[in-house]
Amino acid sequence: MAFLFGCAAITVITTAGIVLVLGSETIHFFRATGESILEFICGTQLEPEAVPPRFGILPLIWGTMLIAIGSSLIALPIGLLSAIYLSEYAPRKLRAVLKPTLELLAGIPTIVYGYLALLLVTPALKGILEPIGLQVETFNALSACIVVGVMIIPMVSSLSEDVLSAVPRGLREAAYGLGATKFEVSTRIVLPAGLSGVVSSFILAISRAIGETMAVVLAAGLRPQLTFNPLTSIETMTAYIVGVTSGEASAGSPEYLSLFAVGMALFVITLTLNVISGFVLRRYREVYQ
Amino acid sequence: MSVSETVAAAAAPAGPSPGDPSILTTEQLSVWYGTSLALKEITIAIPRNRITAMIGPSGCGKSTLLRCFNRMNDLVAGARMEGRITFDGDDIAAQGVDAVALRRRIGMVFQKPNPFPKSIYQNVAWGARINGYKGDMDDLVEKSLRRAALWDEVKGKLHRSGLELSGGQQQRLCIARTLAVEPEVILMDEPCSALDPISTARVEDLMDDLKADYTIVIVTHNMQQARRVSDMTACMMLDEASNGNTQRTGIVVEFSPTEILFTKPNDPRTEAYITGRIG
Repeated sequence: MAFLFGCAAITVITTAGIVLVLGSETIHFFRATGESILEFICGTQLEPEAVPPRFGILPLIWGTMLIAIGSSLIALPIGLLSAIYLSEYAPRKLRAVLKPTLELLAGIPTIVYGYLALLLVTPALKGILEPIGLQVETFNALSACIVVGVMIIPMVSSLSEDVLSAVPRGLREAAYGLGATKFEVSTRIVLPAGLSGVVSSFILAISRAIGETMAVVLAAGLRPQLTFNPLTSIETMTAYIVGVTSGEASAGSPEYLSLFAVGMALFVITLTLNVISGFVLRRYREVYQ
Repeated sequence: MSVSETVAAAAAPAGPSPGDPSILTTEQLSVWYGTSLALKEITIAIPRNRITAMIGPSGCGKSTLLRCFNRMNDLVAGARMEGRITFDGDDIAAQGVDAVALRRRIGMVFQKPNPFPKSIYQNVAWGARINGYKGDMDDLVEKSLRRAALWDEVKGKLHRSGLELSGGQQQRLCIARTLAVEPEVILMDEPCSALDPISTARVEDLMDDLKADYTIVIVTHNMQQARRVSDMTACMMLDEASNGNTQRTGIVVEFSPTEILFTKPNDPRTEAYITGRIG
């Protein structure tokens, strides 16, 4: 009993410790630089090495959003359609092979996705887009979106498939008994019944895309800029953290402290998404018996 | 309905469609699940505008037989049939027969009430809508709920979830949902087994009302219920040749007017079953 309690307590203490360190260092950062939270979040100038340094992380937030939106556009439809296929259409034997295979995608180290983006996806994009006059940079947001999108497909498909498969057989039979086609049963009975679980799988996948680091650093680079052009390099919040920690910022310097502030912002964003996901799950669950 | 009336009704000629009094027939119907024979050489004819009951011990294939009529067994991996089933004279398993279209004409009510997790209104409207109903949906919903004897209990809360209703109300909602598609036959798979006696009585009254317009086939464990509601009864048993094996094969041992089956059964196995000696 006591041992199990200890194990549970360790995770809670660790989490609390992380939040505490993030919080206190973030306060240090704002004291040391005299920045306001508003300037920090909405400022567009990110020049930590300038004199005086400027820490407007809006380009980082934007870069992060660009990756999250772009990868979602790929992963959510593909993931959901695969989930519907696996749960409603695939013959049992095929499903027994397909589902683990799809889940294997989740087991590939993210850095591998990063260099696949750099070595395969970006050259392919150049090959396709440059002949039609579009300039593709070596580091670009689009290839990062594509690989992160592929990376999070299994989160969507696997979690959604679990939810859809759990919809009681009786509901399907009721719908078939009324003369519904398989498509009508899948999209108008099974999907709505599992919708809250599907939405929360979406949110988990998006928060994974937001937190993704290595693949994005390798594919999209480290140039903070506010741009709508996905063919140029951008920098995300996680990439900034990598950039600073692998640079020469001395402990206690504003640049060093900014890591914690950016980390805190990231934590707030993903926490918010997780809370929304939990809320959606509870609020919109179509309760079935 | 008294016993003598039941007999008279069973003997009367068929209502709206003279000619062939049978709406559904099976000829030498056998069904397999994988390699296991579940039904063996069933030949029966379901009369139009009558209530036909199927009784028999658990696992003797009553539900399997019922689910052949609307090809619900198509959804079960490994299920396969031999023999012939006709609906209005047409082979329902023939090439090119659309099971989806068939199920619009042969509705089904299940053992466990299974309303959709949607509003009462949507539950009734759903089937009609997917089948392209063009008329006034509010009218249809009201008419179907009235027909299922549920309207007065739900008219003020049509937009509440169907799952908030009691079990008996849910089952009548499922019947209303089936009626809204305007089928010709309603298959009922132990529709009262999850209900209390009062709800059961309401559903039985409802069946009696419905038989003027519909043909009803009901599977029931409850011999008293079969006796109360049905005009014809099929008594099913496990094939003795299959007893003791892992394979449980169902056969129809007797198919007679209900009154005869319960008073002067032709088959000793029927007599043993209805007197409680087997099953």
